[in-house]
Amino acid sequence: MKEKERELLHLIEKNGRLDIDTLGKLLNLSNDEIQSMLEELETVGAIQGYSALIDWSKVLDYEGVTAMIDVKVTPTRGVGFDKVAERIYRFPEVKAVYLMSGAYDLSVSIEGKTMLEVSRFVSEKLSTLESVLSTTTHFVLKKYKHDGIILGDDEEDKRMVVSP
Amino acid sequence: MTLKRSPHSYLSETVANLKPSGIRRFFDLASQMENVISLGVGEPDFVTPWNVIEASYHSLEQGHTAYTANAGLPELREEISTYLRTQFHISYSSQDQLIVTVGASQGIDLALRAIVNPGDEVIIVGPTFVAYESAVLLAGGIPVTIQTCPEDQFKLTPVQLEKAITSKTKAVILCNPNNPTGTFLNKKELTAIAEVIKQHDLLILSDEIYAELTYDEPYTSVASLEGMKEHTLLISGFSKAFAMTGWRLGYAAGPTDIIQAMIKIHQYTMMCAPTMAQYAAVEALKNGENSVREMKISYKQRRHFIVQAFDNMGLECPMPGGAFYAFPSIRSTGFTSEEFAEALLMEEQVAVVPGSVFGQNGEGFIRCSYATSLKRLNEATKRMKRFVEKHAN
Ligand SMILES: Cc1ncc(COP(=O)(O)O)c(C=O)c1O
Repeated sequence: MKEKERELLHLIEKNGRLDIDTLGKLLNLSNDEIQSMLEELETVGAIQGYSALIDWSKVLDYEGVTAMIDVKVTPTRGVGFDKVAERIYRFPEVKAVYLMSGAYDLSVSIEGKTMLEVSRFVSEKLSTLESVLSTTTHFVLKKYKHDGIILGDDEEDKRMVVSP
Repeated sequence: MTLKRSPHSYLSETVANLKPSGIRRFFDLASQMENVISLGVGEPDFVTPWNVIEASYHSLEQGHTAYTANAGLPELREEISTYLRTQFHISYSSQDQLIVTVGASQGIDLALRAIVNPGDEVIIVGPTFVAYESAVLLAGGIPVTIQTCPEDQFKLTPVQLEKAITSKTKAVILCNPNNPTGTFLNKKELTAIAEVIKQHDLLILSDEIYAELTYDEPYTSVASLEGMKEHTLLISGFSKAFAMTGWRLGYAAGPTDIIQAMIKIHQYTMMCAPTMAQYAAVEALKNGENSVREMKISYKQRRHFIVQAFDNMGLECPMPGGAFYAFPSIRSTGFTSEEFAEALLMEEQVAVVPGSVFGQNGEGFIRCSYATSLKRLNEATKRMKRFVEKHAN
């Protein structure tokens, strides 16, 4: 069963909208079996949510910028990096926070409407946190691939219509 | 003055008499139409794994743009030998029992030219891959087709084989898993066939291009069966499992004298397979295992999907054991397979291949390739269902 669970996760990771009927057909399981597998995976927290991967650059009138910020912090006694990480990830404009090995401690990804908005967030909210030592902001110029999906990858079938 | 010949008479009789491929005719029809969803494609929908493409770039950057040895890059033959040993438990010497060819297609051609004398009979097991019959004819042989039965899931039985053998029989071409039916012969079934082959001292041309793509049971190469190595010429390639159809790369492995004869023909007619493709293939064998596994998982999922979709539209379709084809019966619709495929194309813009192009007993069936994205598969089966319901009486 483990194998099927993994297959199920891979399928919905690529496309969270696949319905139970389709999943059942693909995995050769009944709808009830799929349903209970999904519930189980949700319960143990393997499935954290179902979301869509949007290429916002394709959305008319949409304006937005993404920045990746390298943050150096002083860990707090007792709770290490977790406390300061939480202070950061609670901000709604923060999309992701990772603890990193290497030259800095936290990698923070921010989405804002404009560069000004992002800079303001960094200078006013992030760098003023007590344990933050320094920040280095990198603006994303273009997204090619996100969460394993190549953005704008055309689905066109390049093969001949009929072949041996 | 002597009379001028009509242009037709320049052609060799063999070629002039060769039937045009039924696939070709259907291709011409389908390519004129727009927005066609194709289940008629006999190749993977995946692009070649990126590391393999990269290896080919790299070989070019290194200046590997010249011919290789006639039999193929020694490094590649070494990898093929290792691959066949670890994957299928057969050992071939990379020195003199392996040849790298321009696709399995050229392997089939070379093999037949190397073994057939005029008038020799070569047994073909229909319905099957369209090239065998013509390749036998081009080599000067006589194709003898065994018609397998849908009731046996198109599996060749030892009795059928026994019956088809004559004093002129030289070889049997066996495609396992089979294109177009997806039929897969397991170890036990092959062993029974192998007994007949040994008994009559025949050669089996074993087309194992779909060997990686079996879904329920492990693959056994007929060459690995007791006493069969000297009776088997194994033909395979990179097109299907590694998604490398456009690279034109395959190989043959077998008894030294046959391989050496094939190399002789190859060196006068082809020199060698494309060099950059051979470097790509080295990478495919060294580090391609994960990509093959992932593609195989997708095929398996889609196989379940399409078979259930046929079930749902009332078309009888056994679960195919291998390759990426489903071969449902369309007899219940009252159409011939050509009529079905043509009407389906015209009315719903879905391309499938009429079973009849793969031989007489393919009539009443259509070949549907499930090597296509789930999105397309979903839409195609919806349209087919509508089509079948519309024409139900
Ligand atoms: C059974 C079989 N053998 C051989 C081939 C040709 O393979 P290649 O691309 O290696 O020439 C095909 C392609 O459809 C096939 O189905």
